[in-house]
Amino acid sequence: MTDLTPVLSATWGLDRSWNFDTYAAHGGYEAATKALTMDKADIIQAVKDSGLRGRGGAGFPTGMKWGFLPEPDGGPRYLVVNADESEPGACKDVPTMMASPHTVIEGMIITAFAIGCDHAFIYVRGEVVHVYRRLMKAVAEARDNGWLGKDIKGTGFNLEITVHAGAGAYICGEETALLDSLEGRRGQPRLKPPFPAVAGLYARPTVVNNVESIASVPPIIAKGVDWFASMGTEKSKGMGFFSLSGHVKRPGQYEAPLGITARELIEMAGGMREGHELKFWTPGGSSTPIFTDEHLDTPLDYESVGAAGSMLGTRSLQIFDETTCVVRAVERWTHFYKHESCGKCTPCREGTYWLELIMRRLEAGQGTMADIQQLLDTCDSIAGRAFCALGDAATAPIISSVEYFREEYVRHVTEGGCPFDRAAAALFDYDSAPEEAHA
Amino acid sequence: MTYDESTAKQLSKDAAEIIGRYPVRRSALLPLLHLVQSVDGYVSPDGVQFCADQLELSSAEVSAVATFYTQYKRRPNGEYQVGVCTNTLCAVMGGDEIWRQLSERVGAGHDETTPDGKISLERIECNAACDYAPVMMINWEFFDNMTPETALQLVDDILAGKDLVPTRGADRVVSFKETSRVLAGFEDGRADEGVSAGAPSLAGIETAKQQGWKGQDK
Amino acid sequence: MSTSADQTPATTDLVTVTIDGIETHVEQGTLIIRAAEQIGIEIPRFCDHPLLKPAGACRQCLVDVASPGPDGNLRAFPKPQASCTMPVTEGMVVNTQNTSEEAERAQKGVMELLLINHPLDCPVCDKGGECPLQNQAMSHGRGESRFVDVKRVFEKPLALSSEILLDRERCILCQRCTRFSQEIAGDAFIDLQNRGAMQQIGTFNEDVLGFDGYGPVGAAAEDETGNAFSSYYSGNTIQICPVGALTSASYRFRSRPFDLVSSPGISEHDSSGSAIRTDHRRGKILRRLADNDPVVNEEWVTDKDRFAFAWQNLADRITQPLVRKDGELVEASWPEALAAAAAGLTAAIGKTGTPADKKAKGVGVLPGGRVTLEDAYAYAKFARLVLDTNDVDARTRWSSDEEQAFLGASVAGTGLGVTFAELEKAPTVLLVGFEPEDEGGVVFLRLKKSAGRQKVFTVASHLSRGPEKLGATLLPAVPGHEASVVASLKGAKAAYKDLRAPGSIIVVGERAAASPGTLTAVEALAKRAKARVAWIPRRAGERGAVEAGALPGLLPGGRDAAVTAARNAVAKAWGASSLPNTKGRDADAIIAAASAKALDALVIGGVDDSDLTEDLLKAITNAKFTVSLEVRRTAVADAADVVLPVAPPSEKSGTFVNWEGRLRAFGTAIHTDAMSDHRVLDLLARQLGTDLGTATVDAINAELASLGAAATSHRPKAPAEPTPAAPKKSGGTDGELVLATWHQLVDEGALQDGEPYLAGTGRMAVARVSPATAEALGLHGVITVTAKRRGAIDVPVAVTEGMVDNVVWLPTKSPGSWVAQQLGVQPGDTVVVKGAAS
Repeated sequence: MTDLTPVLSATWGLDRSWNFDTYAAHGGYEAATKALTMDKADIIQAVKDSGLRGRGGAGFPTGMKWGFLPEPDGGPRYLVVNADESEPGACKDVPTMMASPHTVIEGMIITAFAIGCDHAFIYVRGEVVHVYRRLMKAVAEARDNGWLGKDIKGTGFNLEITVHAGAGAYICGEETALLDSLEGRRGQPRLKPPFPAVAGLYARPTVVNNVESIASVPPIIAKGVDWFASMGTEKSKGMGFFSLSGHVKRPGQYEAPLGITARELIEMAGGMREGHELKFWTPGGSSTPIFTDEHLDTPLDYESVGAAGSMLGTRSLQIFDETTCVVRAVERWTHFYKHESCGKCTPCREGTYWLELIMRRLEAGQGTMADIQQLLDTCDSIAGRAFCALGDAATAPIISSVEYFREEYVRHVTEGGCPFDRAAAALFDYDSAPEEAHA
Repeated sequence: MTYDESTAKQLSKDAAEIIGRYPVRRSALLPLLHLVQSVDGYVSPDGVQFCADQLELSSAEVSAVATFYTQYKRRPNGEYQVGVCTNTLCAVMGGDEIWRQLSERVGAGHDETTPDGKISLERIECNAACDYAPVMMINWEFFDNMTPETALQLVDDILAGKDLVPTRGADRVVSFKETSRVLAGFEDGRADEGVSAGAPSLAGIETAKQQGWKGQDK
Repeated sequence: MSTSADQTPATTDLVTVTIDGIETHVEQGTLIIRAAEQIGIEIPRFCDHPLLKPAGACRQCLVDVASPGPDGNLRAFPKPQASCTMPVTEGMVVNTQNTSEEAERAQKGVMELLLINHPLDCPVCDKGGECPLQNQAMSHGRGESRFVDVKRVFEKPLALSSEILLDRERCILCQRCTRFSQEIAGDAFIDLQNRGAMQQIGTFNEDVLGFDGYGPVGAAAEDETGNAFSSYYSGNTIQICPVGALTSASYRFRSRPFDLVSSPGISEHDSSGSAIRTDHRRGKILRRLADNDPVVNEEWVTDKDRFAFAWQNLADRITQPLVRKDGELVEASWPEALAAAAAGLTAAIGKTGTPADKKAKGVGVLPGGRVTLEDAYAYAKFARLVLDTNDVDARTRWSSDEEQAFLGASVAGTGLGVTFAELEKAPTVLLVGFEPEDEGGVVFLRLKKSAGRQKVFTVASHLSRGPEKLGATLLPAVPGHEASVVASLKGAKAAYKDLRAPGSIIVVGERAAASPGTLTAVEALAKRAKARVAWIPRRAGERGAVEAGALPGLLPGGRDAAVTAARNAVAKAWGASSLPNTKGRDADAIIAAASAKALDALVIGGVDDSDLTEDLLKAITNAKFTVSLEVRRTAVADAADVVLPVAPPSEKSGTFVNWEGRLRAFGTAIHTDAMSDHRVLDLLARQLGTDLGTATVDAINAELASLGAAATSHRPKAPAEPTPAAPKKSGGTDGELVLATWHQLVDEGALQDGEPYLAGTGRMAVARVSPATAEALGLHGVITVTAKRRGAIDVPVAVTEGMVDNVVWLPTKSPGSWVAQQLGVQPGDTVVVKGAAS
């Protein structure tokens, strides 16, 4: 059994854990204190050596991302923290910022110092007002305690942090769409290259990191590279949040070394709800192809999950038992991608529109066998053709669910309706409504 | 422009503060639109023009942004923005049924507001609280582990003029306009209210504690 | 396999790429789609446009790409790549739809998705028959749609302006229109609205976007009066739309592309000489388009170039000569009309040998500023050779002797001077009395291309929309005193320092002539700063008239009519013993003289009396005899004694000389009986006993070529007008302000008649004053501007930040503000401004 390793979440249970004093009393800002005495290059090297990979889903090595910045030219360089957590299933960054915003602030101070940035931004999704309050307060507290502003701790290092609220758009989690949004534009992905490291915010060199990635920096600096690298697998090092949701007894945040398995995690979560068994689950949010019980022992690291046909993503395990209709689940995800498609490119804009129509028809029992093939054909016209990864993501649940549960799609066609009782899947009792109120 | 003098003055003052947070003016557009909502309760045509004037943009460029993001409302919003997550996980866990009963009770559908201007209903997408499913958001405060009964009770409380207490958030839900002002970046002094984390957020550390795991710190 | 990693490519910037098995060498940075074009391989595309930044939005141009990795071995990209966004790299191997099944499959998939929501209305669509989507669907698409659901439906058409209509159902969201509007025109009046499947192009339209508003706000952005206006370049969006989503109100449902005959031409609307294409059917023009001319207008034209052609064929078109009989103009045969014209002119010239000749006071000639080089030459020669006078002036606008000297010394016969490309590349551009958007059209677009890289300064009363979009710095000047501002540019002045950067250019417009000393000061500044000067007049015929000698003191090629040797040279070429040596009158003086009965007759080309501060109609009334060469029954034609019909631009051939000095020859688009001015003058001269030799364009050009440019000694001396003192700060007592004025590009000029949809996109007239002036005079709401000579103009006031004090600006000929006609004043004159009585 793999042990859980609460690091970022260690202080969440404390009284007023979000306060500067609480954070500082538990080792907070020790890493920043240390970092400000270090050589900038050594900080970057430490993060590189730690093996930390982006925790926002893509898993790109964080230190390498920093290393891509060109040599300083005297102009501004920016750090932008991606706090736009919106991936269905992902629910780790929001509790992090709610319970321990200073972890993020401290990580930003260290990162900004290392990359030579004096104005950093946190782009937090707008639909979590209390998180925004806590972040704003944390910034104010950090300033009051001399951690932000001019000549921080007498080192000559200056840093301002602006907390910026989004306004409801999943696509802004894509880093270049986020930058456009932060510049006051529609959040539509940019052409790459140039990559943000070269021309990001205001066309200046910019590092964009996920909340959890940035929050992982202070412990790496404080406890050392070896400590971090001792966790996880060879290529997927360190600890990370595994967010369990759905039909398990104790859904929640489980901070564990990468490489832990779903079987272990579900067991820690008390197992499946009483009297039910696992049917399918997402390893890393809705954008990652679904898994079934045959993948329970797949180590949850980038390589193993990839080899098994999915992606580690944001380590968001949405777990569904046998009462769940996979067609209904996928239909709703498909609606989500259509709703969140930014509209920029043809495959995603038109393809998700078409996919939703077909999925609705199928779930309502009005589809045909040809529709199942059309689903796959349309997915083929989207995957690998769209401007950004949202198009690919939209096809992931469809393609994987047809692969594992084709017979369930067929039953919807042959039986002329959904064979499942929705009430059975709900967490509370109710009489099944005769018809679905899908507005 | 139909803002009265004192409103226009306050708006300009607030706008100047917002614009001052960014190295480039245009970055202020999203918070400015939240600011407009805090005054008008939605993105009004006057508000669009106000933002355009502040940032030297065309009104088309402002509406291009205002119509891209779902939090910006084009019609006067209810005092309470009531959202039910109907993305897959919440929907399956009961969100669909909560939505059905709520919509029936309130007498409004998606993106509709009650005639008394109290409640705007919305089906929302995943709000990053899946471990608390089914989830509702009222003025973007968390209401966790909902059932049809608890959801309907919230509506009753709104109609009775009672304060609503989020599961994880401020001590009470402030109005849509007040919320919008916070989202424009103006602190309302409520950051210290509410809990650090709910039980699911602490599930991992509780488990570790029970198991005596000290992680890599041992 | 060789390892190319250590084989550094040769010093050339070319990279080698293989496309569909064909190896080619292209410049570094070339996009795959362009590299393919160079070897004749066409990759389907919609959003790509060579003059717009890459977008990668439509995804139609996906191809398979492989490029050498660090080890030198080819590595294929895992998925097809958009060839419109990816530059080629050394050793890259590209397989398009021609050689890659994967690329073809990808393209077919995208095509199918583009069509699922596209209406099947090709039979009634304007674009049908010339539609890239239709063509590619036919050649690359599926025969039958697999989409069985209901297509997305939008209300249509949606008027973005009075001229531009949007059909959102047809739109494939390639964003060429919005990218053009932002990148090229700088007019972001349309943008993407909504998101995802409901995304659409549009303005901020409350109704369309479902905003709870206060009623429809109209179709487009608003100007200060609350009226809708559009970009001066909006028509280009229609032309680059790869589907039928954008159409024009003037052409919608009028024709099918395959019924049209296309003729290349040159726009008659400004001095840029933009290449256009005239599409006509059975002798009727149905539309005009921009032609692609990379050195001049690239692929863009102004809306005026595109939409303003109806004037050529309105109901008032003259097709038969007219002769005044018993006080009425009646139709006559050509021989009869020519005889009548000859008789009237003969009497005025004084060549009949009768006693009356001694009292004959001569003829003045006003060719107008819109004629071709050949026409202008015929007028110039006709005046000297037949009418024995130097009273000829094409400058029916504000002009001066200083200007004539400047034109003779520095413009005429200088060939190709500053070019569009040089203007684009100039590190610094100083604008003097020149509005790049209003008076320059596509000149603005070239400057806009360099916005951000190029420093622009403008000597003007205020920063108008054009220079503002260029990020220009205003060098405020009270109209009439531009010279003192130009003269002050020296030493440590920022504008002067920037202007000294090699390649910098001073652009001076025709309004400089209304400001004494300005052209002299510009020449001096150019010398000081080692900058070059470009004279950019407004009308299409201005530069040609200068070249042809249709100015009182100038003979062809920049020869000074006052210099005997220059005169003799021309006389010799024309087979004449001598040319008149009396000093010629300029246009204003000709009109004044006729009014005062000091001239007996007038020969008038395309001149609109309402453009003049002098009263031309009174001059015609007072003159004994007037011949009008006109296309339409204008007020001038109506007042003349003989009217000889001439061809509009589409029905003739000729040459416009653009401001660069580039010859812009064009052929006849529509063949009719109508004759160009030069041919009519040739006939008239013949009637008068002289062989003018201007019957054909070829004959004239041969003669012009043999004449060539003047030697320096034959030219006028550069002007040496003293710089007036800077104006004293006056308090604007009694509401007296100095007038600033220029023509807006879309206004009520005669060549825009008959095109209401275009007129609807024009900016409404406002009077501009500085905040201090508005405050001092208590100006708000509608104000009244009067002048000593005549009339009054009532327009809303627009208080304009940064404007010079004690000046009021009015548009020269916009609705409700016809400055020349209503006030009889020119820029720099004093007017009286009063707030409206409440």
